[in-house]
Amino acid sequence: MAEVTLENVVKRYGQTPVVHGVSLDIAHNEFVVLVGPSGCGKSTTLRMIAGLEEISDGTIRIGDRVVNGLPPRARNISMVFQSYALYPHMNVRDNLGFGLKIAGLSKDEIARRVNEAADILGLDTLMDRLPAHLSGGQRQRVAMGRAIVRNPDVFLFDEPLSNLDAKLRGQMRVEIKKLHQRVGTTIIYVTHDQVEAMTLADRIVIMRDGRVEQVGTPAEVFETPVNTFVAGFIGSPPMNQLPATVEGTAARLADGVTIPLPADIAPRLKDGQTVTLGFRPDGFSPAGHGMLTDAATVTIARDILIAEPLGNESILTVELGGRDVQGKMLNPRPLRPGERVDFTLDLSHLHVFDGESGRNLGV
Amino acid sequence: MSGSRTIERRWQRWLIRAGVFVAMAILCIPGVWVVLTAFRPNIEVLARPTVWIPEIWTLDNFRRLFGFSSTQQGLPVAAYFTNSLVISLTSTVVALLVGMAGGYAFARYSFRGKGALFLAFMLSRTVPGVALSLPLFILWSRLGIIDTSFGLILVYMAINIPFTIWLTDGFFRQIPPDLSEAAQIDGCTRWQAFWKVEFPLARAGLASAGIFAFLTSWNEYALASQLTRTTASKTMPVGLMDFTAQFTVDWTGMSAMAVLIIIPALILTFLVQKHLIAGLTFGGVKG
Repeated sequence: MAEVTLENVVKRYGQTPVVHGVSLDIAHNEFVVLVGPSGCGKSTTLRMIAGLEEISDGTIRIGDRVVNGLPPRARNISMVFQSYALYPHMNVRDNLGFGLKIAGLSKDEIARRVNEAADILGLDTLMDRLPAHLSGGQRQRVAMGRAIVRNPDVFLFDEPLSNLDAKLRGQMRVEIKKLHQRVGTTIIYVTHDQVEAMTLADRIVIMRDGRVEQVGTPAEVFETPVNTFVAGFIGSPPMNQLPATVEGTAARLADGVTIPLPADIAPRLKDGQTVTLGFRPDGFSPAGHGMLTDAATVTIARDILIAEPLGNESILTVELGGRDVQGKMLNPRPLRPGERVDFTLDLSHLHVFDGESGRNLGV
Repeated sequence: MSGSRTIERRWQRWLIRAGVFVAMAILCIPGVWVVLTAFRPNIEVLARPTVWIPEIWTLDNFRRLFGFSSTQQGLPVAAYFTNSLVISLTSTVVALLVGMAGGYAFARYSFRGKGALFLAFMLSRTVPGVALSLPLFILWSRLGIIDTSFGLILVYMAINIPFTIWLTDGFFRQIPPDLSEAAQIDGCTRWQAFWKVEFPLARAGLASAGIFAFLTSWNEYALASQLTRTTASKTMPVGLMDFTAQFTVDWTGMSAMAVLIIIPALILTFLVQKHLIAGLTFGGVKG
């Protein structure tokens, strides 16, 4: 059993704090993704769990052991680095078996486990090659193989796919998911790519400036983001966010368009209060080209600025509330720039954020 | 246009070749002359007009050197050679060990005064060795280590360590820190991670640093001539001066000894050459 628990973990470089008291409970066999923009402290947090970075304050537990002062080798973890960090002077077999050799296992046992890992990852034909003679995807697989042969309590992944091209990244994402389903070990995975986070995670931890903004399942962080940062970070294209002023049970945008507020939120707002309205491009579509919904809608006529056809759908950019807003058109027909189109806005997925703090008022 | 261009290029190429030839000639001819002189009788070397192409080949000069000659007493070449070898090898090994540790520290760790310390090491290289000979002589004589191998080893270590640190620092910088971290996660201690992963990768750099340090000590004359007196510590280059008398110089004997000095250096360079070239480009291109 290997739960990982972080209690108020702090990291300071000199006087400068970079991670401000992160607390997390990661269950046995859970796949948790730490995601956030660069510099948000996600990699530092991972490195603290690995023992590669000392913690300045707080407690880290793996299983029921406090590992604060333990060196990486005593934590029974394995890690896949962004750079893969394969040993350049060893062939694939020796790279895979290195950790087992250090652990003093017998030659037969090492060979058995290395072959098993090679089998899982399809490395059988590459065993005698040096890392320099492998492609990016193959190196990535060797790095994963090196992590699994040791049968650790926890896998740590530090942006493992960011050096691969888009197509390969998609394939490796599937392999990592398969690997987790097969070996079932606890995985903590760091990425700045919200698509990776959404597709891989059981739970996502969204970080900003060394703090945890939200922890939740992919569906939770997508549907009920706690603030404008999470709303803007998760989802592609990102959620539209428009500043507005409360007028009774509606909100008026900068260009005068009024949008009815959700019934559960409107009573709590005062007239003249500034809020930010958020809605995803999926909920803002030309009439007849959106997702079928029984929810209340409003219709807003806009001129098309840009249409980006993607085949089965198009991303449309129009101006609303003084800003560029994106909508989605399913079963698209060709649209010319400047063409006027009636958009329906799905009010059931309208988010209202506090104008100052950015907090989601519906959560 | 293109025709005249080609001619111009060909002309340039010949100019470059001629330049290289002259430069190499300046470098090589004295060396070749020394080697030739080592195998010729004194009478031919001193002949007027000069005999350019040797007519008589002989090993007599070497026989004299080792005392196998009936006409002349031998020199303590064996003692000089042993001194040279002991002093050069010891100072090289110590310089490598200390320099490697220092280079690693500079490459991997940040500490107070790091930049200033590194600069100080480099500045120490700018002081000409001879300028130190008098202070060293006074200091060494007070310490009672004049004319000891230990005294000379200490001097060569001081000369070689800063350079070794500078060279190995560059090599360790080329090795991503991820590798040692991966090794630590794979179960290594910090020390094991160094020996099993980083050290093998820096071997080329250490080989180049080693040969530089060895040749510096092996060939050094100025300081050794001040700090040594007898066969207790005299090295081969200092021994060369045994061939000079007040009014004469035994050119053939001196050349024979010079050949003996060159041979080990040549052998070592050939042995390490592959590493040396790989090392120099590896460290240099990205450094």
